[in-house]
This record gives sequence, C-alpha cells and structure tokens, in this order.
Amino acid sequence: MISPLRRSAALVLSGVRPRARGRRRIEERPMTKTIVEPHRPQVGHCDLDGEDEGAPRGADGAPCREKIVGGEDPEFRFPERASRHATAATCYAPGRSPLRSAIVWASGNKWAAGAAAFLLCMYGMALFAGFFAPYGMNQTHYKAPADYRYHHPMRPRVLDQEGGLHWPPFVYGTKPLGSPDRGYAEDRTVRHKLKLFARGEPYSLFFGLLEWDRHLIGVEEPGKVFLLGTDKLGRDLLSRIIYGSRISLSVGLLGIAITFCLGLAIGATSGLLGGYPDSILMRLSEVVMSLPGLYLVVALAGVLPPELSSDTRYLLIVVILSLVGWAGPARVIRGMVLSIRENDYVLAAKAVGAGTPRIVLHHVIPNTMSYIIVAATISVPYYILGEVSLSFLGVGVMEPQASWGLMLSDAQSVTALREFTWLLLPGAFLFLVVMSFNILGDGLRDALDPRARGTRAL
Amino acid sequence: MRRLIIKRLFCMIPVLLAVSFLSMFIIDLAPGDFLTALKANPQISQSAVEQMRVRFALDRPWYVQYFHWLKAVVTRLDFGMSFSYRTPVSKLVLERLLNTLLLASTAYFLAWIIAVPVGTLAAVKKGTWIDRLSSGFAVLGLSVPQVLLALLVLYFCVATGVLPAGGMKSAADYDLLSPLGKVADVLRHLAAPAAVLSVIALATVARQTRANLLDFLEADFMRTARAKGLSERRVVLKHGLRNAFNPLITMFGFTVAGLLSTSLIVEWVMGWPGLGALTLEAVRRQDLYVVMAGLVMSSAMLAFGNLLADVLLAVNDPRISYD
Repeated sequence: MISPLRRSAALVLSGVRPRARGRRRIEERPMTKTIVEPHRPQVGHCDLDGEDEGAPRGADGAPCREKIVGGEDPEFRFPERASRHATAATCYAPGRSPLRSAIVWASGNKWAAGAAAFLLCMYGMALFAGFFAPYGMNQTHYKAPADYRYHHPMRPRVLDQEGGLHWPPFVYGTKPLGSPDRGYAEDRTVRHKLKLFARGEPYSLFFGLLEWDRHLIGVEEPGKVFLLGTDKLGRDLLSRIIYGSRISLSVGLLGIAITFCLGLAIGATSGLLGGYPDSILMRLSEVVMSLPGLYLVVALAGVLPPELSSDTRYLLIVVILSLVGWAGPARVIRGMVLSIRENDYVLAAKAVGAGTPRIVLHHVIPNTMSYIIVAATISVPYYILGEVSLSFLGVGVMEPQASWGLMLSDAQSVTALREFTWLLLPGAFLFLVVMSFNILGDGLRDALDPRARGTRAL
Repeated sequence: MRRLIIKRLFCMIPVLLAVSFLSMFIIDLAPGDFLTALKANPQISQSAVEQMRVRFALDRPWYVQYFHWLKAVVTRLDFGMSFSYRTPVSKLVLERLLNTLLLASTAYFLAWIIAVPVGTLAAVKKGTWIDRLSSGFAVLGLSVPQVLLALLVLYFCVATGVLPAGGMKSAADYDLLSPLGKVADVLRHLAAPAAVLSVIALATVARQTRANLLDFLEADFMRTARAKGLSERRVVLKHGLRNAFNPLITMFGFTVAGLLSTSLIVEWVMGWPGLGALTLEAVRRQDLYVVMAGLVMSSAMLAFGNLLADVLLAVNDPRISYD
C-alpha cells in the first residue's frame, strides 16, 4: 500500500486534500446535513435568466427556485455536504462568467478579497516602480559631511510650528550633526513642499520601452523627501523597497509558474501513461524530494560565478528554487489524474473518439485546476521567502540590485538595529505580502475545495 | 513494519550517494577552490599553496576526488578535514549538529506544548473570541518571515539587554562557571533563538490541531461517547484528540525532516553555532568536505524524518498497516 504521507508538507499543512480513488484517507470527514437554501439572487446557483443549462428545472421549464447543492455536472464536482461557507463554491455554475464568480466569492470572504486587492496594488506598484519611487534605485545624494547616509524617516506635515495649516504637505529640511552616526536634526526654518508628478531622475518602464521622468511624489531640490529614511549609502529606502519589490514579488510568480507547469506535465504524463514511465518518473520525484531543500539551494546559489550579470543570476536562482520544488505537486497531480481517468466522462469521451490530447486538455487538466490554483497560491510565499533568505545570506541577488533580503542584511549589525531601526522596514512589506498570500490561499481553498473548510483560520 | 523500515534504510543509501555526488559536483562548479583565496595572499608562497593543493588532492578532477572521499568514508568513516578549521570534519559536524538539535528540540518542544492545548481550546470554543483571537495570532505567526522575526528579537535583546544577543556561551566566563552555571548560561543564550524558531511551528501546529479536531467534534463516535454520559473533557481529549493527532504526527515527521533547513536562518542571524551556520560558512569559503558532510547530514535527516513520520503514524493508528 502506498503510504498516504507522500505529499508535500506545505499542502498537508494547508489541508488541501485531493481526491484520490482507492487511497485510504485517515481523516474521514464527518457528514453534515445537506442544506437546501432558499434562492438568494446574489449567491444562488440557479440562474433566473435561464442561461443555466445545468440547473434543475421544474415542470414548466423554468429554473427551480431552490438551490440544490451538489451538482450533477461531472465537470464541477461538488461535495454532497455543504455549509454556509460553501456557498462560494456554488459560484462555479456553468454559464456564469468568471468575473461574476469572482465578485460573488469576494463578497463572501472579505479578508481574502482585501488580501487580493492589496496584492494587486503591490504588483501594480512593482510594475510601475519608477513612477511610484521618489528616487532612483541607486541614487545617492552627495552633500558633505554626511551624504544623507542613515537619514531618519521624514514625516510629511500639514501643521507648522505656529499651528498654521499648509497645503500641500511639506517636510522640514534637515541638517547633519556631523558624521552619519550622529544623525540629523530637523531644521524647522526650511520647509519643502511635496509635489505630485514631480520631475526627478529619469527611469524606464516595461524593460526600456518607455522613458519618463515624472515621479508620484517629489520635492524641489535641494530638499529631500526620505519618507522611510536612507540606508548606509544614502539611498532612499522607500525607492529601494519599491524597486526591490520587483524582484521579490516576481520570484514568486515565476517560481510557481515553472514548478507547477513542470509538476503538471510530469504528473499528468505519469498518471495517464502508467507502467514504466510512471515508475521511473515517480522514483525520480522521490529522489528530488529527498534532496535537502534549503541547504542545496544555498550551496547552488553560493557557487554561481560572480561574473554573472544580475539578471542571469536572478533567473538562475528562480530556476534553482523551482527545480527543487516540483516533485511534491507532481506526485499529488499524478494521484488526482489516476482517479480522474477512471471517471465515466473520460470513458464516454474515449467512446466518441476523443484523442488523448483532447481528453487531457478538456477533462483532466480542468479537474486538477482547483488543486493547482490553491497549491500555487500557498506556495508563492515559500518562493518569496526563499529568495529573500538567499539574498539575506549573501548568495542571492547582489548589489547594486535592490532586493528586500539584501536590504534586511544591512540591518543585521547591532549598531544598525539600535540606531537605525528603520532599516527593518523592508521586512514589514515582506510580512504584509506573505500574510496576504496566506489569507488569499485560505480564501481560494474555501471557494474551490469546500470540504477543507474546517481548516480555515478566520 | 519492520520490512518498511529496512526497505527505507536501504533506499536511503542510493539517495545519500546521489546527494554527495551532487554536492561534489556543485562545489566543483564554483570557480577556483579553497586555496584561491590563499593564493592571493602575498605572505604565503606559491609553492606552499601548490603543496597544499596536492595534499588536499584539489588538483584532481572532481570525480576522482569523489571516489577518494567515498573510499575514506566507507572504509574509515573519515569525512575529511576542514580547511578553515583544521579539524576533522566528523568531529566538527557532530558538535554543530548537537547544537542544532538542542536548539530545534527546545523550540519544537515549547511550540507543541503550547500549541496543542491552544488549538484544542480554539476548536472546542469555535466562534468565540478565544477562537478568533488565537486563529488571528496563528495567521500572523504563520506569515511572519523568520528573517524578520529573528532581526526583531535581536533588536529586542540589544535594546533591552535582557537576553544575550548571539552565541551559545558567554565567551569570557564560561569555563569559570559551575556546571549548573554553565547550563544556565547556555539556556539564557538558547532562549531567544528558540523563541524565534518556535513561533512558526506554534502557529502551524495550533492551526492544524484546531482544524483536525473540528473535523471530529461532530463525528458519530463522539456523539456516542457523549450519549454514554462521559464528561465533555474526556470525550474531547480521549476520543477526539487522539484521532486528530494523526496528521499532527505526519507534521511532526516532516518537521524532523526539515529541521536543519528551518533552523538555518535563525542560526545565522542570531549567531547560534549550529550545522546550518557551519554549512553556510563552508559554502562561502569553499570548504569542500564540510559542505559535503553538511549536505549528506541534512539529506539523512530528511529521510529519517520521513521514516519517523510513517512509523509513528502506524504506531498511533492501528488501522494503518504497511504490509
């Protein structure tokens, strides 16, 4: 008997349970009552417009008014039991547009919707990094004696000392108190107004296609607006965080793309073909799973030659992280495919002459989608944290690139922690992004795999 | 089950061979070797460097080196010599491994001791403020990156001076302390890293316990137990929790498997002298044999942890049999 524990640890912990026929599941879920709820237009399964082909119809042909949970449609297999939380699952009615499904889901789960919105903002900010960042990624400000190094965060104010109101908000100028370690004193006689769409350092968007020099917030020179302070070289921390988010955030997406494509391909092949290819691929995946994860990644990243350009380095790191992680999803997908291919609709498709490509594309893969979406969302934080750890340890992305891990490594010394605590701010962004992905993953899992509802934290 | 254990132990051997092979290949990928840094040092003569190169067999191709290493390991259990520490690797790795195990076992012991009752309470009182509060903390604890938490705790130690920031022993006075004093000193140094390491484990275990127990609270056998007149406490603890424990045991096995990897960051940031910190340093300095020993050790832990998970599960759940 195959051990039921051959799953990636993250997925066990997250409670994603793919259905696999013939596999003894220890955690048999208790049956709860099937709830037949009165029709509610916003979450109803039945479509009043009559587009809903799959909905049960009454004698007069009109869609029935009661929501019967537990559809007959094999493409969208619902569990027989439902609860209030599972109403989101019914949004996958045939005939309902994805946008409507998304809105239904979002209105049912505010936390996940909020997390999704936050992540969209973060990715949008990363896409237009040059615009949102007040300064360039490596822009230094030379001004003796301290070059604005280790400058504290500036506070935009509306009220001045006498209580007068100013609009737009302004920041006070600062004077250095000697060496960078001494800090800076606010000079209340000098006020620099914040400007929207200010001219600044030119930057390029979309990999060099567009060039612009307007930034969202700026201040007239020689004033400076260091909203989150500066680092050891006098570079604005907020700008570096925004530029760094490009790397840290994209690693997650790229990583899961590679891992899950690979895992899907290998798992589906293995499940469909069976026999020798199946055994070989599964042994291979076992070997890959036995490789010590982080140690191997650190070792691999540590031996990349330093002459590599930072882009190549970044790509290699993503590839390394993905190659270490494909085995878990591959095994799970193989299990799912093994059970999917025994279903009647696959037999029926074969009977009417569907070739293997069509079966794979139309029947197998859509049924694995719910698992893939949830597992991918839950895995993204691991990639992000992996890249951050690598950069933090000095073997990932290197200077002069900006990466959250690299910025956090500046905060490692005792002096930095005590005197310049704002250097920890990239960590705050990291925390928010990881938490959003976790909450989003939970929400998606509730929507797509309602039988796992018990594992919801919120 | 004995067959399973023996089979797994046998399967571990080719995996360890593959990992060590891979490690040698990886280190060989790096430009130069350990002596490259020494060569740049004008104080050491070229001939001395060349002599060292021959002595350490660094001039041979990597597969030849691998063969020699394998021979040494299999015949004499000699894992080589660390270039930077000038001590036998086995001694070094063992000492550091024990440090890591000390840190990890303390952290996970604390985590599980706190998390299982909290998770049980949250499941039993589902929907109340206790549940929401602990679940909220669980989500927070899960999401906080270890790097950030380690830095924050370090900041706290540095700012308040309550706990020492880094290291395992107080450098100056350790040898002068009484045995009890030594233990206390190590414990003081252990507190902060163990706290950091346990946070994520705490969150995960609490959440998982709550989820699993929730599945069982309405089960038929629970209803029977209640109908029999047993106290709720007995019902939950004896009947519910024991069933809920299965996935937790799986998780425990995975935890043991990933022990070394998980503690790498914490060791590095907080200066705990463990195996992870050693391997990282060795990667940087291209200290070949230490890296290989470290990778082989963590691979062995991984296999051992998976085996432990399966064995414990079979022990706990009489419905499972591997034969």
